[in-house]
Amino acid sequence: MGWSLIRIYTILVYGFMFLPVAVVVLLSFNENQFGSFPMTGVSLRWFEALWNNDAVMRAFRTSIILGLLTALISTTLGVLASLALVRYAVPGKNLITTVLIAPILVPEVVLAVALLLFLNWLGIGKSFALLLAGHVIFTLPFVILVVQARLVSIRRDVEEAALSLGASPMQTFFSVTLPLLMPAVAAGGLFAFTISFDDITGTLFWKPGGVETVPTQIFSMLRNSISPEINALGTVMILLTVGLPLLGAALARWLSMKRGV
Amino acid sequence: MSAVELNNIVKRFGAFTAVEKTSLSIPEGAFVTLLGPSGCGKTTTLRMIAGLLDPTEGEIVIGGRRVNDVPIHKRNLGLVFQNYALFPHKTVAENVAFGLRYRKVPRDEITRRVRDALELVQLPQLGDRYPKALSGGQQQRIALARAIVIEPDVLLLDEPLSALDANLREDMRVELKRIQERIGVTTVFVTHDQSEALAMSDRIVVMSNGRVEQVGAPEEVYTTPASEFVARFLGASNILEGRCLSRGPEGAVLEVPVFGTVRVPSARAPHLGGAGPAKLVVRAEKLILREAPARDALSAPATIEAVDYQGQAARYFLRAGDTALQAINMIDARPFPAGAQVHMTLRPQDCAALPG
Repeated sequence: MGWSLIRIYTILVYGFMFLPVAVVVLLSFNENQFGSFPMTGVSLRWFEALWNNDAVMRAFRTSIILGLLTALISTTLGVLASLALVRYAVPGKNLITTVLIAPILVPEVVLAVALLLFLNWLGIGKSFALLLAGHVIFTLPFVILVVQARLVSIRRDVEEAALSLGASPMQTFFSVTLPLLMPAVAAGGLFAFTISFDDITGTLFWKPGGVETVPTQIFSMLRNSISPEINALGTVMILLTVGLPLLGAALARWLSMKRGV
Repeated sequence: MSAVELNNIVKRFGAFTAVEKTSLSIPEGAFVTLLGPSGCGKTTTLRMIAGLLDPTEGEIVIGGRRVNDVPIHKRNLGLVFQNYALFPHKTVAENVAFGLRYRKVPRDEITRRVRDALELVQLPQLGDRYPKALSGGQQQRIALARAIVIEPDVLLLDEPLSALDANLREDMRVELKRIQERIGVTTVFVTHDQSEALAMSDRIVVMSNGRVEQVGAPEEVYTTPASEFVARFLGASNILEGRCLSRGPEGAVLEVPVFGTVRVPSARAPHLGGAGPAKLVVRAEKLILREAPARDALSAPATIEAVDYQGQAARYFLRAGDTALQAINMIDARPFPAGAQVHMTLRPQDCAALPG
């Protein structure tokens, strides 16, 4: 009796969280101009409208380029920082770790305003590069946390074996350390991409005039009206931000299965 | 010419000295074991030869070349680790081929040499497997194949048998020695296990607290220990503290508790200078228990306090007056029971003498 109450309660909580998402996805296929139930018919017209909406497509391109660059820079920096912090005796190791992880502890608004004020003080204006830098700063902690955890589990003697067999430190990194680190690097990169892709707070502060990412585009579209196009856009966003990590996890699992791990 | 030479090397970690001024010369083709308890500096010494650690002082010479400033990947050494350290993302064949890829060896020769190496370690059929699919013993054989396929100048083994279980360890011991003799590579083996050291080595270097205690052939180190530490570390020994009464060319005469006057042959007392405090080393297996005193050997009565039955042998804990001793005897019919009064007999030529 008690357990079934808990079960019902749990279902209700999850329903409360996920039903709105389901509604958005459902309505994106609705033929009718006005988003309401019952649906009058199934159609892809809102996706088509999306495809033909220049502003949205431009925002999409910006978001994807921004996300990819963020992932690339974040994983590169994250791997380098993790290597230094885990493998070498860097002075002030704890301080550096704290500073690198801090962006996820500080509220995003604070970080956003601080970076903006700082660059203002330096006399540097808003630009795409600033937006990218901002995204890198707050995706970096995720990459570092994931990569560091993995790096600790890679035994030092495996790298020493490679060195003893004649591989230079650089060759050892690329032939042994990086391949073993790859699942963490891929996960970190996916994190960075998804976080960058649906970030809105920081982006609103940092984006230069005239540049919109998908979230800021949705935000400005919402100010005018709730168009069914937004439902379609939401569906695409959900597909990307949920589907991509799932795809990544499946890929990682397939790779490790192949190796008989 | 020696294959490896250590000249007055010292390794300090901050204020801690891991290896104190040590010199060592390892002949070409020899199997040399660094033996000692953990923390004695044996692994540190090995890692300095490998180039994984830089000596604080002194120089390391490999094949006549000073290698202090030569990084590990240019030293041409084979390294085998306690935990195998195979590359988990590469197949067995790829693991073994790894070192050859950095040596500009043609592809078909790589294939041939990998096959030969896998045959040498008696695992020719496992080339396509990943290391995770192999047992510990198999992984260690592959690690050995990977280290010797590059034809290293020196093979360095860092406790390679310690992670294996007891039966397998003895098989691998024989196997390892067979392979080493077959390819004739100069080998430095690090272990804390005295039976491995005694069974496999041409020479044993006994280390303690960062210092070399004794260097010698296994039999020499075992029968004529150079220090009390060596006597206690290898095998089970009784050490009787007494005095040297006289030291002549035929031997030394010691006065010790329990047995009284003992005449130790000269060869077994090389470190004893002359009269003065001295110690008599009596191996537990040389102390033979009998029901009656012997006529042709030293003899002393004792009481058995405890018996540790070991199957083919028994270990007895004895008391003679104030002195506690132990004896390990083969069991003839039945072991002596605890509490029995026995006579310990001992041949003086089986003893060794140390300065006190």
